Amino acid sequence: MIRRFLRSREAVLSGAILLLIALIALRFPAFVAPQNLANVFNDTSPLMILAIGQMIVILTKCIDLSVAANLALTGMVVSLLNIAAPDLPLVFTVLLALSLGALLGMVNGVLVWKLNIPPIVVTLGTMTIYRGIIFLISEGKWVNAHEMSPAFKALPRQIFLGFPMLSWFALVVIVIAVVVMNRTTLGRAFFAVGGNPHAAVYTGLNVGRTQFWAFTISGALAGLTGYLWVSRYAVAYVDIAGGFELDVVAACVIGGISIAGGIGSVGGAVLGALFLGVIKNALPVINISPFWQLAISGAAIIIAVALNSRANKTRGRIILKRKEAEA
Amino acid sequence: MSTTERYIPDRLQSPWARRLRSWETLLLAVAVAIFTFNAFASPYFLNAWNLSDATFNFTEKAMIAFAMALLIIAGEIDLSVASIVALASTAMGAAAQLGASPTSLVLIGLVVGLLCGAFNGVLVTVMGLPSIVVTIGTMSLFRGISYIVLGDTAYGGYPAGFSFFGQGYVWWVFSFEFVLFCVLALGFGVLLHLTNFGRAVYAVGNNATAALFSGIRVNRVKFILFLLTGLMAGIASVCLTSRLGSTRPSIGFGMELEVVTMVVLGGVNILGGSGNIPGVVIAAFVMGLVTFGLGLLNVPGIVMSIVIGGLLIGVIALPRLCSMWRR
Repeated sequence: MIRRFLRSREAVLSGAILLLIALIALRFPAFVAPQNLANVFNDTSPLMILAIGQMIVILTKCIDLSVAANLALTGMVVSLLNIAAPDLPLVFTVLLALSLGALLGMVNGVLVWKLNIPPIVVTLGTMTIYRGIIFLISEGKWVNAHEMSPAFKALPRQIFLGFPMLSWFALVVIVIAVVVMNRTTLGRAFFAVGGNPHAAVYTGLNVGRTQFWAFTISGALAGLTGYLWVSRYAVAYVDIAGGFELDVVAACVIGGISIAGGIGSVGGAVLGALFLGVIKNALPVINISPFWQLAISGAAIIIAVALNSRANKTRGRIILKRKEAEA
Repeated sequence: MSTTERYIPDRLQSPWARRLRSWETLLLAVAVAIFTFNAFASPYFLNAWNLSDATFNFTEKAMIAFAMALLIIAGEIDLSVASIVALASTAMGAAAQLGASPTSLVLIGLVVGLLCGAFNGVLVTVMGLPSIVVTIGTMSLFRGISYIVLGDTAYGGYPAGFSFFGQGYVWWVFSFEFVLFCVLALGFGVLLHLTNFGRAVYAVGNNATAALFSGIRVNRVKFILFLLTGLMAGIASVCLTSRLGSTRPSIGFGMELEVVTMVVLGGVNILGGSGNIPGVVIAAFVMGLVTFGLGLLNVPGIVMSIVIGGLLIGVIALPRLCSMWRR
């Protein structure tokens, strides 16, 4: 049991993250101050939330490239709503962000489920469409900090039990995701559909519908992140989180989630996101230009996917191997 | 999975009837309709020089789309093309600062394109990684290198002779880019439809295992296609850089989406196995006419991206919706 854990992707990744932090701490001890580590976690929260949604989609053999556009569109809608009705209770704003995001995810899901269009095509298309809609509803204008109500901006920064609410949102999402993925039939279904779609059909699972729910969850989490994003940075415009979908996919691939579906865990996605988060936060500390980040994520994706394929190869389930050798 | 009913007609359609009902004919009709609509909607449309300007909207993307069509027919995809354009442009810019001649600049652009294509090809064929993740990774990596080199600065100061490739005219209103587009269309048409290599591309896309057992070196075919796609991205980069006269790391951002849209709009099956070059050529004209026409009507670029995204999903969804409705 312990040996299995030590050889798992989660353990390797935790080790890598600790090593990374230790290396940085050797020259910049301030980096490992608890407050700074909490900041890194807080800063990575949006990526973790999105990576969990993406993980579920990838588990079902799909991919969702529209998460960043979904985030930006939902963020713009809640900001515009905040301008129109500043006194709206925040609970309502959060619920709206969740449901609007879910709706946008459902659009992807329906196209994949009912029309059988390959997920990459659907989400590449909706990615540009959602970005375009932001331009249409905002007329290309920015929503700036002074236009948002104080309560709207304050929520992610509010300290609760020593941590900002943004981190709490991420923690809650992680806990719910762990429970759903490991303790519910829906969670099992995600693994089953991606692991072997044909077998899933024979066990009575509707592959398309399961993928639809995966997209819906990914969309809902993107919507939630949309609100958190615009309120944290106190600005909303067409291009917020541009290209962030690549970071999200990177986090998943680094976290050992197989792009072929069926293999992955919530812990992997979270650790993958944290790995990128630590790098991103360490770059300015060790005095490397932030322009390096894109190339580093790219290299990390390629290395991770190469490692994944090797790990999965050795774990190939060959039954009747002896018979094969005899034949 | 559901059992598919096979419908066997009493009489085969005559070749002409089949041609009339084909995707290409439909696309051609759409192109003519858009052309007519534009001619009536804007008084500036029917002008030889304006139309010549309009070709710049699609020539560079179409050059990449030809190679991408072959790659998609063979069952792979390359999402890193826009980043290859950026990296090649950055390399040319750096060389131009050192006073390289136009000829050597072109060579540098093409070699960088080839190298990037080879890198993708090695990862996919030698290491057996899924092309979609690999090229999402290299998409970040290649553009990331451009960002490392350039940061928030730009390269300019290309030698005078270099501007011919993007701004020069061969004869009357026919630009160098448009002539190159025509030559490449012909070349790729011959390669795909009249050579053994073209046959092999279809075979690989339809059933890679069967192709392997019938003596096709599947990995070599795929590697050549990645090389070709890289080379085309290099050529497109030469044209684009020469036309713009400057290089920023964000050059050609989002181009991969338009290239894939063009290929899919041209009737190439995104899952591989079928498609042809004439379809892609017509699709290039359709997209060029749509963007140019909308531009004349003062529609902003981001709204055009809604149209492009809608086209991408629509052209795949429509036939499927029709067949569902007929049943």
